[in-house]
Amino acid sequence: MASKVLHAYYNDDDVLMHAVKKVKAAKHHIEEVYCPFPVHGLDKAMGLAPTRIAITSFLYGCVGLTVAITMMNFIMIEDWPQDIGGKPSFSYLENMPAFVPIMFELTVFFAAHLMVITFYMRSRLWPFKKAENPDVRTTDDHFVMEFELHGNEAELKALLADTGAVEINIVDKNSH
Amino acid sequence: MYTFSNRLKIASFILMAVGVLGIGAGFLSAPSTVEEAKAIVASHDDGHGFHDTSNNHGAEAGHGDAHSAEHDMHVLHQLQNKPWSALYVAAFFFMMIALGVLAFYAIQRAAQAGWSPLLFRVMEAITAYLVPGGIIVFVILVLSVLHMNHLFVWMDADVVAHDTLLQGKKGFLNPTFFLIRAVIFLGGWILYREYSRKLSLKQDESDDNASFKLNFRISAAFLVFYLVSESMMSWDWIMSVDPHWFSTLFGWYVFASMFVSGITVIAMITVYLKSKGYLEEVNDSHIHDLAKFMFGISIFWTYLWFSQFMLIWYSNIPEEVTYYITRIQDYRLPFFGMVAMNFLFPVLLLMNSDYKRINWFVIMTGIVILTGHYLDIFNMIMPATVGDQWYIGIAEIGSVLFFAGLFIFWVFRALTKAPLQPKRNPFIEESKHFHY
Repeated sequence: MASKVLHAYYNDDDVLMHAVKKVKAAKHHIEEVYCPFPVHGLDKAMGLAPTRIAITSFLYGCVGLTVAITMMNFIMIEDWPQDIGGKPSFSYLENMPAFVPIMFELTVFFAAHLMVITFYMRSRLWPFKKAENPDVRTTDDHFVMEFELHGNEAELKALLADTGAVEINIVDKNSH
Repeated sequence: MYTFSNRLKIASFILMAVGVLGIGAGFLSAPSTVEEAKAIVASHDDGHGFHDTSNNHGAEAGHGDAHSAEHDMHVLHQLQNKPWSALYVAAFFFMMIALGVLAFYAIQRAAQAGWSPLLFRVMEAITAYLVPGGIIVFVILVLSVLHMNHLFVWMDADVVAHDTLLQGKKGFLNPTFFLIRAVIFLGGWILYREYSRKLSLKQDESDDNASFKLNFRISAAFLVFYLVSESMMSWDWIMSVDPHWFSTLFGWYVFASMFVSGITVIAMITVYLKSKGYLEEVNDSHIHDLAKFMFGISIFWTYLWFSQFMLIWYSNIPEEVTYYITRIQDYRLPFFGMVAMNFLFPVLLLMNSDYKRINWFVIMTGIVILTGHYLDIFNMIMPATVGDQWYIGIAEIGSVLFFAGLFIFWVFRALTKAPLQPKRNPFIEESKHFHY
């Protein structure tokens, strides 16, 4: 289904931030903002819900730690008991210092990689995905604020022109 | 301007008075003869439950057979060392806080950090304690050289005469050079502190940024001096109590301890001043940043603690591993308790971003971190000076209370000397608007 959307172009992140605050103050819903780089504080200004990726990161870290402990216990203690540092105790706990680097590394490895994969999936980014940004200039030096139109075209245009938009277009958009 | 409230002043005097009583009681109860030492050891073995059981077994085994006179003399010396060690650990701990803050302050200056200028007066007030604190530590070191105590076994000419290893280290580890080094370290730190403070106050009154720029340059130069001198200080004042043992990352390890303690004290004093209505411009984001440092440097400390431990544990070379065997056998509770307090607590309590902004949370975590790092210094000094005769009693608590009182008195007195907010720091506006 195609719907009409309005694109307001900005060429400075500070101007964009002020514009976002002004638009939010006028109680308009911003559909999306496309940026060539992350703009600090933009998510808060747009009123997006805070990210939950930190929670997933913590959980993935716990998974990594568990994998490390289980793996080292199986490899070094149960399956083929090793004499570590001349201390043949064959106990995981007594040999734990030798495993701490592995426990640490796997915790970080799991947390980092799974968090990135989660982020890509949540952002609907995968290989061969067609780019969603409406204008190639948003990968260079322009910022685009996108609005859905519900007959408030004139009002929005006036407001946006006032916030320092360098270009305002209305286009058809196929919703995904 | 900050005014030193009477309640806080009286509290600091009470702490000092109680502390002096505790220190005095510690010295009076130290044995002067072998018989007294035996009586103390006997009464402690059944008297208190602070040692774990394995330690008591060790002590009893030592007493049951071979009651040699040599062992008795050894215990006597350990017990005589106890009040001195308690004094030294506490004196060093509070001096170390001021020194850690000085390093943090110099880094802010050298990095021209924009977020922190609002906290500069707090940092400068804490580093003011370096003068009395450093002098007290120096006096204890001089008394050691004068054989008033036996904290440093290598200062005993008799011991050195029978010890090939110590003879080999004599070129560096000798009382004269030791004191010369101490004067250079303390002199350099105090000189930078006083000069930087002077420039900081001068910047408030001037029309240009000359003082600020000069402060930037001397801070960068000081950091070079500090890195070398702090590392050597840790060998001299701490590592040399075990003169046979050495660790190549010891300087960093002590640095991490003082850095995190210092940052914790900055956060605690800032929160205190804010609760009293001062430092209005300091917002939660500043506290958040300090808490991030507390969190990060706690992990950094653990990294160094573990790196030092694991290599020695793994290789299991007798002359190295004895350091940890003493600690794990005789100091199990403080040794592992310290890791829980310095690592697990800060990691779990400060991991959540929102908790770093809750002021009382930062204070509670700060108390745990400070206690943990006192125990860290305790574990560095005590095993060499008092061995298994340690316990945290009147002498130890009295010493901590005395230096805590002196620290509070000196720091808050220094806070009254200048406006709490720097007027003309070029980054003051950025600091006011600092926001995460």
